[in-house]
Amino acid sequence: MDPRLTAALVNAAVAVVGVPAALVGYILLVEQILKALPDRLQPRVRPWLWLLPAFAFLAVFLIYPTIQTIARSFQNRAGTEFVGLANYEWFFGNNDAFSSLINSGIWVVLLPLITVGLGLLIAVIVDRVRYESTAKSVIFLPLAISATAAGVIWFFMFLWVPPGQPQVGTLNGALGVFGAGPLAFLQVSDWKFNTVMLILVMAWMWTGFAMVIISAAYKGISRELLEAARVDGANEVQVFRAIVWPLLLPTMAVITTTMIITALKTFDLVYVMTGGQFDTSVIAFEMIQQFSFGRADRSAAVAVILFLAIIPVMAFQIRQFRRQEAIR
Amino acid sequence: MQITKHRSPVLAVLAGAVLIAACTTPSGTSAPEPSSPGGATTAPGATTGTGGEDISGQEVTVIGTWGGAEEESFRAMVKPWEDETGATVKYTGTRDLNIILSNGIQSGVLPDLAGLPGPGQMAEYAEAGALIDLSTVLDMPTYTSETAPALVELGTVDGKVVGVFIKSAVKGLIWYNPSVVDVTTPPATWDELQTLATSNADKAEAIWCVGVESGAASGWPGTDWIEDIVLRQAGPDVYNSWWQGQTKWTDPAIKSAWETFGQVIANAYGGGTGVNATNFEVAGDPLFADPPGCLFHHQASFITGLGQFATGTAGEDYDFFPFPDIDPANAGAVEGAGDLFGMFHDTPAARSLMAYLVTAEAQDIWVSRGGALSANKNATSYANDIDRRSAELLLNAQTFAFDASDLMPQEMNAAFWQGVVDYIANPSQLDSILAELDSTQESAYAE
Repeated sequence: MDPRLTAALVNAAVAVVGVPAALVGYILLVEQILKALPDRLQPRVRPWLWLLPAFAFLAVFLIYPTIQTIARSFQNRAGTEFVGLANYEWFFGNNDAFSSLINSGIWVVLLPLITVGLGLLIAVIVDRVRYESTAKSVIFLPLAISATAAGVIWFFMFLWVPPGQPQVGTLNGALGVFGAGPLAFLQVSDWKFNTVMLILVMAWMWTGFAMVIISAAYKGISRELLEAARVDGANEVQVFRAIVWPLLLPTMAVITTTMIITALKTFDLVYVMTGGQFDTSVIAFEMIQQFSFGRADRSAAVAVILFLAIIPVMAFQIRQFRRQEAIR
Repeated sequence: MQITKHRSPVLAVLAGAVLIAACTTPSGTSAPEPSSPGGATTAPGATTGTGGEDISGQEVTVIGTWGGAEEESFRAMVKPWEDETGATVKYTGTRDLNIILSNGIQSGVLPDLAGLPGPGQMAEYAEAGALIDLSTVLDMPTYTSETAPALVELGTVDGKVVGVFIKSAVKGLIWYNPSVVDVTTPPATWDELQTLATSNADKAEAIWCVGVESGAASGWPGTDWIEDIVLRQAGPDVYNSWWQGQTKWTDPAIKSAWETFGQVIANAYGGGTGVNATNFEVAGDPLFADPPGCLFHHQASFITGLGQFATGTAGEDYDFFPFPDIDPANAGAVEGAGDLFGMFHDTPAARSLMAYLVTAEAQDIWVSRGGALSANKNATSYANDIDRRSAELLLNAQTFAFDASDLMPQEMNAAFWQGVVDYIANPSQLDSILAELDSTQESAYAE
C-alpha cells in the first residue's frame, strides 16, 4: 500500500479511537480527583476542571501569542533588544504604511454604509414582492463564493484593454456600448477610485448577508403594530421612521459592527485583485507584507494597531448582545 | 446534561491535541540540519532506502514559482530522472515563495528543494543555516566548467555554492515586428534607436509598448527598464553600489535613469494609465495588431513563451536586438536574471535530483521546449534561433549584471516596484518618489 495512505489511516485511527479514549480518561481522572475532595466542594470545583483544557488551549493559542506579538512590536528586527516605539513611529511616519491606514479608514466607513444601507433597502422592498425568496437567494448568493474567487471574477469584470481594441472586461465592454471609457478601475488611485471599486466588490459579497438578517428582524416586527399605526392615519414614511427604524436599530448595529470588523480585516480581496499595488494597500495587507520582508517587528506593530482598532468595536458589539439578551 | 453540554469543547481540545502531536512529529525532524533524515512531508514508510543509493519509492518535495507552461516544462525535465530512479518529485507551484520560505526558515517546515526568490534572499537563508552546501552534492569540476562563471558566482555565499540556476534569462532585449519596422543594422546606441523610432513613427500608434501590471509585483517590468538604463548610462560600478544600497535613489545618476524611462512612458501605447493597467504577459501584443500599436517592446528573453509571442514564429513574426549602449564607456554590458534553486533537506533522493537538474541532459529538455535559457554551456538544443542568440548574449557578455531589484532586500525591491507604478501614474512626483525610496533604503539595508 502507498505509505502515505498508511500514514493517513494511522492518523485517522488515532483521531477516531485516541480522542474518545483520552476524553474518557480525562473524565475518569477528574472524577478521581473530585472524590478526594469534600462533598461540599465537588460541585464548585467540577466546572473549573471541565473548563481547564479549554482554558489551557486559549492560553497557549490565543493569549500567549497575543502577548508575544505585543512584546515583539517593541523589539528590533532580529528580536534581540527592545527599541521602544520605533516600529510604531515607522508606521505613522512612512507614507505607504500610513496610506494603508487611510485606505482601511475608507473601508471602515464605506463598507458598513453600503452593505447595511442597501441591505435595509432591499429587505424592506423585497418584503412586498411575490418572488421574495428567489430575489433574496440571488442577492445572498455571492456570500457563498470565497473572497478569492470573487476577486478573480471581478478582476475580469474590471479588466482594461487599450482604447481601440475589443474590451474584454465586462464593465469596460458595457461602457464601450455608450462610447465611454475604458476605465482602469483597479489602477487609477486618484480620489481613491480603485479602493472604492474594491469596497464595492466586498459590498457585493456582503449585502446579501446584511439583507437576510435585517429582513428576519423586519419580519419579526408585529404586523398588528404596523396595522395599528396605519389605522391611526400614519403614512408609509411615518410608519418606517417611527416604528420600523427604531425596532431594526439594534439588529443594524450588530451588522454594522460585524461589517466594520470585516472591513478592518480585509486582506484576501486586495491581495487577489491588486496585490496591494496602485495605492490600495490596507492594514492587514501591510502586516503580511512586512512579514514577508523579514520585518517581524513591524509586522507585529501593525498587528497590534489592528488589534487596538478592533477592540472598541468588539466591546460595543458585546455590549449590544448583552442588551439584547436582557430584553429577551 | 452537564456532561453533554461540556463534551464538545473537551472533545475539540483533545482532538486538537492529537492532531498537533501528529503534526509536530514530522516538522520536528525537519529542522534545518544537514543530517535530518526525512523531509517535512516524507511519509514514515518511505525512508527505507536512506542507507543505500536505492532511492526508489522516495519522494522529493519541491516548491517553485512556475505554473502553466513553465510547470509543464519542469515536469518534463524531471520525468527521465523519475523513470530512472523510481523516485518521485512532488512539485507545488506558488506565487508566494518568499512568504512560504521566510516562514519555513522560522518554523523549520521546508520542502526538500525550492526555487529561491533571488540572490539576496538566498544569502539570507544561507546565513540562517537553512541552505545546504552543494559542493558535495554536485559534481563540482563539471559544474564549474559547464556553467557561466558569473552565474556560479551568484549562487555562492561565503565560498559555498548554495544555489544553482535551473534556468536563466537575458533582460533588456528590444523586440519588434520585422514586417512593421525594418531593422537592417541593429541600433548600436540609444541615439540611433531614437532616430530609428522617429523615422518609423508613422507606422504605429506609439513608439513603445510597456505593461507593468503583475499583481503584487506590479511595476517590475519598469524596474528592468531603469536597471538597463543605469547599467548603460552610469555604468556597472554605480549599478553595483546602487543595489548594494550605497548609492542613493536621489543621486543624479539614478534620477537621470528614471527621467530617461519617463521619456519612454511619455511615448508609450495607452499612456501612463495603459502602462499601469496592462499585464506584462500581453504588453507586447500590440506589436502584432493591425494597425500596430507600437514599434518596440522591451522585455526579457522569456517573452517568447508569453502572449502572442508564444504562437508567433521566431524570426518572422518577431525579432529582437540587444538594448543599445548609452554611454560608450559602458559598452557591452548585459543584464540577466534567472531562477535559483536551493536544497533545504539533505536526503539521498534530493541530492540525486539536484545533481541531475544542472546537467546538460536535463537542461536540454527545458531549453528545447522554449522560453528558457540555460546557464549550462553544453545545453544547446534551443528551440529556435532567437533563444540561441539570447543564450550567446548571456554566455559571452563583457559585463554581466544580475537583475538589480532581485539583488536588493525584498523590502527595497517591493518599494522599487511601487515607485515605478507611482511614477508612471504621476511623473511630476519623481522627487518625492525618490526621496521615499531613500528612506526605505535606510531601513531596508539595516540589520
